[in-house]
Amino acid sequence: MSPAEDPTPGENVHEVKAALVARAGDAQAQKSRQGALRTGIAVVAFVALIVVVNVLTNGNFFTAGNLTNVLRQITYNAILAVGQTFVIITAGIDLSVGSLIQLTGVVMAQFANASGLDGPLLVIVTTIVGVLVGCGAGLVNALPVVRLNLPPFITTLAMMLMARGLAFKLAHGVPVPLKSSAFDALGTQYALHDLLAPLGLPGIPWAVLVMLSVVIVFAIVLTRTRFGRYVLAIGGNEEAARLAGINVRLVKTFVYVISGGCAALAGMLLMARFSSGSPNTGVGSELQSIAAVVVGGTSLMGGRGSVVASFFGALLIGVLNNVMNLLNIESYTQDIVLGAVILLAVTAEEIRKRVFAR
Amino acid sequence: MTAITKSFPGVRALDGVSFEVASGEVHALVGENGAGKSTLMKILAGAYVADGGTIEIDGQRATIDGPKAAERLGIGMIYQEFNLVPDLGVIENIVLGIEPTRGLFLDPKTATARATAVLAELGITLPLDRPARRLSVAEQQLTEIAKALVRHARLIVMDEPTAALTDRETDALFALIAKLKAQGVAFVYISHRLEELPRIADRITVIRDGRAIETRATDAMPQDEMIRLMVGRALEAHFPDLPPVASDAVVRLAVRDLRAASNVNGVSFEVRAGEIVGLAGLVGAGRTEIVRAIAGADVATGGEIAVDGHPLAARSPHAAIEAGIAFITEDRKAQGLVLGMTVRENTTLAHLAAYSRGPFISRAAEVGVTNAEIAELQIRTPSSEQIVRNLSGGNQQKVVLAKWLTGEARVFLFDEPTRGVDVGAKAEIYALMLQLLARGAGIVMVSSELPEVLGMSHRVLVVRDGQIAAEFARADATPAKVIAVAAGVAA
Repeated sequence: MSPAEDPTPGENVHEVKAALVARAGDAQAQKSRQGALRTGIAVVAFVALIVVVNVLTNGNFFTAGNLTNVLRQITYNAILAVGQTFVIITAGIDLSVGSLIQLTGVVMAQFANASGLDGPLLVIVTTIVGVLVGCGAGLVNALPVVRLNLPPFITTLAMMLMARGLAFKLAHGVPVPLKSSAFDALGTQYALHDLLAPLGLPGIPWAVLVMLSVVIVFAIVLTRTRFGRYVLAIGGNEEAARLAGINVRLVKTFVYVISGGCAALAGMLLMARFSSGSPNTGVGSELQSIAAVVVGGTSLMGGRGSVVASFFGALLIGVLNNVMNLLNIESYTQDIVLGAVILLAVTAEEIRKRVFAR
Repeated sequence: MTAITKSFPGVRALDGVSFEVASGEVHALVGENGAGKSTLMKILAGAYVADGGTIEIDGQRATIDGPKAAERLGIGMIYQEFNLVPDLGVIENIVLGIEPTRGLFLDPKTATARATAVLAELGITLPLDRPARRLSVAEQQLTEIAKALVRHARLIVMDEPTAALTDRETDALFALIAKLKAQGVAFVYISHRLEELPRIADRITVIRDGRAIETRATDAMPQDEMIRLMVGRALEAHFPDLPPVASDAVVRLAVRDLRAASNVNGVSFEVRAGEIVGLAGLVGAGRTEIVRAIAGADVATGGEIAVDGHPLAARSPHAAIEAGIAFITEDRKAQGLVLGMTVRENTTLAHLAAYSRGPFISRAAEVGVTNAEIAELQIRTPSSEQIVRNLSGGNQQKVVLAKWLTGEARVFLFDEPTRGVDVGAKAEIYALMLQLLARGAGIVMVSSELPEVLGMSHRVLVVRDGQIAAEFARADATPAKVIAVAAGVAA
């Protein structure tokens, strides 16, 4: 609109508004059409993939038992990836989560054995203790980052070493077996058994329910709350966020605390699975969680990211592992394929962005 | 250089500039902020490529398509911000990029020999092993000069070389320039300090609006004449009439003895409701730093800031926003916007609590206020969901304004509000400022465009060395007076 066409800017506000609403409607419609198309393509591709895989594995893949198995296997990585997503959106990284699984596992097992509690109360109190330890470690990760501007790579690397060392020291290098059987339900049993039994399904593992709750809660936190918006804004332009009055230090601190808390939850589920807190589990899982986030399309440069996408990243990696196991591919080859898939996923995402760049 | 032109999107930065430098000559370039001096210099350095015109060196047509080409042609650049590697020593910096080698390995002996030869020729001594970060400004500058000479520079371009030097260091620099002149080295000398030019320059070219207005021998260019040529144009007529400030208007913003490490050295002034106070001054004088300290973007080390008589409790952007201060930053891409977010998300970022229920954001409330602002400010965007990166400069600036208009701010700090926006958007931004005045807001405006400061301010404060050097009422403020104070020629 040049000034010539539009001599009295004040008077046509209503027209502009009406036009805007109409245009927003058009944009929305176009968006949903594109969305439907993309979803359609994805569903067709997914079904085709399952059919192919199912044939290759002689029908062993697409069984309730196996699919449940896949979900159970990705539980730990998916929960780590949720916390890691928040950190990576702020252009940070958390290398300590693998070690925090070890540390919180050992601490929780020792606490559970010494507490004298039992039943659901034991599970709840122990989980709270573990999450507090994880969040505390996250706080220690964050303080040098927000106060002194140290790179998170370094502070979380230091935490990775310290937490691992501490876990081994506390446990004297061997797993700490749980005396109580209160955690067995979370580790091995199924929820909704009665509901799903008529369909021939064993139910949904409790651990998977915990994972889905974590994913849903934090997906809402990221997309629907002020905190989530601030996390995205800080990742997109930290200075602009600061000048908009956002308490950047506080928000970034919380991001590392969330990541530490997620590590503790993963540690709790692993402990429940193996009925012991082990200083040996979880090694290398920080890199697995970063891989899930990256495969989910979150940029390591910060500013963009989605909890749900990270979950699907973890799922994709889990499915790949599972299929390769079913196909009896040896583990060395599996690593090669996984690495190649990660590289392929991020390359494809980058190319897609450039093609659709507007 | 003949008929050099260079355009940036929407702006013709250089419009047929021609000038020449003889060997053994110091040729000074003067002009207001934004006149085109730096662009010209960057073309010489190969940082930009000219759109048109020719460059001849020693009578030979030359193409400067990159920094390496400039270096090969014997052009040495000494920017105001030095280009030294902070942790390398003097010798390593001098030979950076042209390190002598023996086979695969560095040859420190030859490097030292070459560097010391140049330094000896200049008759200067430098602490050779000291990393650049621990050198004084003058020592860093000498290192830069040696760096140029080791590359056999015959033309050295200096941007504001004396800006950070003491008087004694300036004397030493001028002596050195005289010595190199005698050896046939030519200099292009860019400076805002008009009073030093008679001591150093042989000829002076005045640049204005991307054109070389006039070149004269220094003797034939008295200072007042130079200022007249720099200012040139009459005030452009496109500024709206400012309504007078009511005589009983309340004081919106009071700043007393404000100090900050960033170059704010005891600044006091007041802004009343319905008043625009313009901060004029040269780049680096401390104008931006003053508004940044008020907005809490930089930490103030002393002084008081009060809005409507209430002193600010804390020194943070958050405290300033709470007190009713809106800061529209100079660099919208780096400080004002999250480019990857939508118009809606940027508009509500500073006041998100107002569009939330508890911790949850209300999407409907956000869309409502954003569409209202889009209509009000006539932001040209397909919808509130457009990514801000995809908007034009003027529309991006309007999104920044939208962000601050949605709040309850009564004090607006505008830092270069119209930089890089086209004429139409400029007029809209001015009209908006008048609306804010009508609502009873007080405005502080920093602008490097002198006509804008003079045309859009009730009072003009001239900033120099982080202090307010002079105050002019609208009626008294003439370009010549303001420039004279800003350049330190008059007080």
